Amino acid sequence: MSNAINKEPYQQAYYPPAPNGFTRHMRNNIVWQIYRFIVINMKMLKLMRKSH
Amino acid sequence: MARVVILGAGIAGHTAARYLHLELPNVHEIVVVSPNPTWNWIPSNIWVGVGQMTEQDVTFDLADIYKKTRIDFRQAKGLSLHPEGGAASSRPYVTVESTLAGREGQTENIEYDYLINATGPKLNFGATEGLGPEHGHTVSVCTASHAKEANDKLQKIVDSLKRGEKKTIVIGTGHGTCTCQGAAFEYIYNVDHILREAGVRENARIVWLSNEYELGDFGMGGVHIERGGYITNGKTFAESLMVERGIEWIIRAHVKKVEAGKLHYETLDGSFHELEFDFSMLIPPFSGVGLKAFSHSEEDITAKVFAPSGFMKVDADYTARPYADWSAGDWPKTYQNPIYRSLFAIGIAFAPPHLISKPMQSANGTPINPAPPRTGMPSAAMAIAVAKSIRDMLDGAPEPTHTASMAKMGAACVASTGAHLFRGSAATMTVYPIVPDYERYPEYGRDLELTFGEIGLAGHWMKTLFHHTFIYQAKMLPGWRLLPD
Repeated sequence: MSNAINKEPYQQAYYPPAPNGFTRHMRNNIVWQIYRFIVINMKMLKLMRKSH
Repeated sequence: MARVVILGAGIAGHTAARYLHLELPNVHEIVVVSPNPTWNWIPSNIWVGVGQMTEQDVTFDLADIYKKTRIDFRQAKGLSLHPEGGAASSRPYVTVESTLAGREGQTENIEYDYLINATGPKLNFGATEGLGPEHGHTVSVCTASHAKEANDKLQKIVDSLKRGEKKTIVIGTGHGTCTCQGAAFEYIYNVDHILREAGVRENARIVWLSNEYELGDFGMGGVHIERGGYITNGKTFAESLMVERGIEWIIRAHVKKVEAGKLHYETLDGSFHELEFDFSMLIPPFSGVGLKAFSHSEEDITAKVFAPSGFMKVDADYTARPYADWSAGDWPKTYQNPIYRSLFAIGIAFAPPHLISKPMQSANGTPINPAPPRTGMPSAAMAIAVAKSIRDMLDGAPEPTHTASMAKMGAACVASTGAHLFRGSAATMTVYPIVPDYERYPEYGRDLELTFGEIGLAGHWMKTLFHHTFIYQAKMLPGWRLLPD
C-alpha cells in the first residue's frame, strides 16, 4: 500500500504558482544577483528622476 | 527675517529641515519641534523586531545633528495652531509643550511665518480593544522601542519552539482601516526566516491576517507587473510567497478585539471569527496626532483646518464622490492648506482626499479597506517640494512653486524577506505612479516599465544599502546633498 497523500485540493495553497528549483537557485546566485543589483539600482534612479 | 517652524522630525520633517537649511538664506530662522529626541530610520525597525539590529542601529540623537547647523531644535510636542494670531500674539503662532526631562508640561508659543506640519501618525492602538504593546496583547514594529520589545517576546517564542512546543504566530493589521501592510508583510517573512535559521520553523503555525481584499493590495489597490510574458496582478506573487514559506492567510478582516491569546475579527461577509495565538504583531490604524486650531478670537477652528481623521487638509479635492469618479487629479500637489496659506502638511500628516483601494464594507456596515500607503520616498519628495516653495515664497513668489503629487511620483519599496549577506532575500518593488492614473495609463493605471517587482538576494543588498545611505544622509555627513532622497 502506498504511503502517498494526495495534495489537498481547493484549499488556499493549491493554486498559487510555486518557484521551481532553478528560480529558487537564481534568487541567491551571487553572479546573477550582482547583475540584478545593478539593474534594480538603475531602475530606481530612473524612477526617482521621473518623480522629482 | 522670517521664521519657518517644522512640527515633527521624522523622515518628512527632518528632510524639510535639511533642505531649508540648504536653501534658505541665513537671515531666516528654522525651528524644528519634535517630542522625540531621536530620528528613526523606520524601515529597519523590522530588523530590530527580529533581533538582527539594535535600537541604536536605527536611531540617532537629533540635537547632535542640529547643533552643527543653524536649526533651532525644541524637544516638545505641538498642541495647537493659531494661524490668525490670538491671545498671545498678533502673528501666527503654535503652542507647544516640552517633553524634555525636567521641563515636561511647560508650554511655549512659537511665532512663525510658515509652518510645516510633519507630525506623522498617532499610532491609534486604542481603535481596537486589546491592541498594542502598552495596554494590549500584541506587539508592534512601528517604533524602534516597540520593535525591541517585539523581539524580546519573539525570542521567548523561539526558545519554546526549540523545546518542541507548538506555537501560533499571527502578523498583519489590527483594524479594518489600517495601512502599512508592507511593514507587516516584511515582518512575517523575517520571522519565518528567523525560525528557519533557528531550525524550529516546523513547530510554528504562521498566519497572515489583514484588511486587504486580496493579498498584494498594500493600500494602493494592488499592482500589475509584467513578468514571464504576462501582465500579472501582484496578488499572484504575494500568494506564491506565502505558499512557498508555508504561511496561511486571512484577508478581508477587521480585528474587533484582542484578548490575551485570542483575537476576534469580522470578515467582509459579515461573519465573526476567533483566532488563538501565542505571538502577534498587528499594525494599528493611523490618525492625526490631535493638533487643535484656534482663530484670532480663540474660536475652535480645528474642523476647518483638519479632516475628521486629524490629518491636515491641503490642496486636495475632498468632495465626496463614488469610487468610479475618483481621479488622480484629486490628490494634492503643493501640500498647502487652502485657508491658511502659511500652513503646509507633508508626509503622513496631510489628509488624503480618499482611499486608493476601492472602499469596502462588511455586511454589517464595517469598513474593511486599507488606507493609502505612506512611505518614505514620497514623504521626502513632498518635504523637498515644500521647502523649495517656502524658499521661493519668502523671495516673493505669491504661490507655492514646487509640486509633488502622489499621482505623478513613484515609490520604491524593498520588503526584506530574510536578512543575511548571502542567504537573505527581499522583494523589491517599484510603482509609478503611486496613485493610479487611468487617464495617462488607461489599462492598468500605471507605467508598466517603471512598475516592477522581483525577489532575490539583490533586494536584501538594496535594503542594507538604503539603511546606511539614508542614515548617512539624515546625519548630514559630508556629501549628503549628493545622495538621492
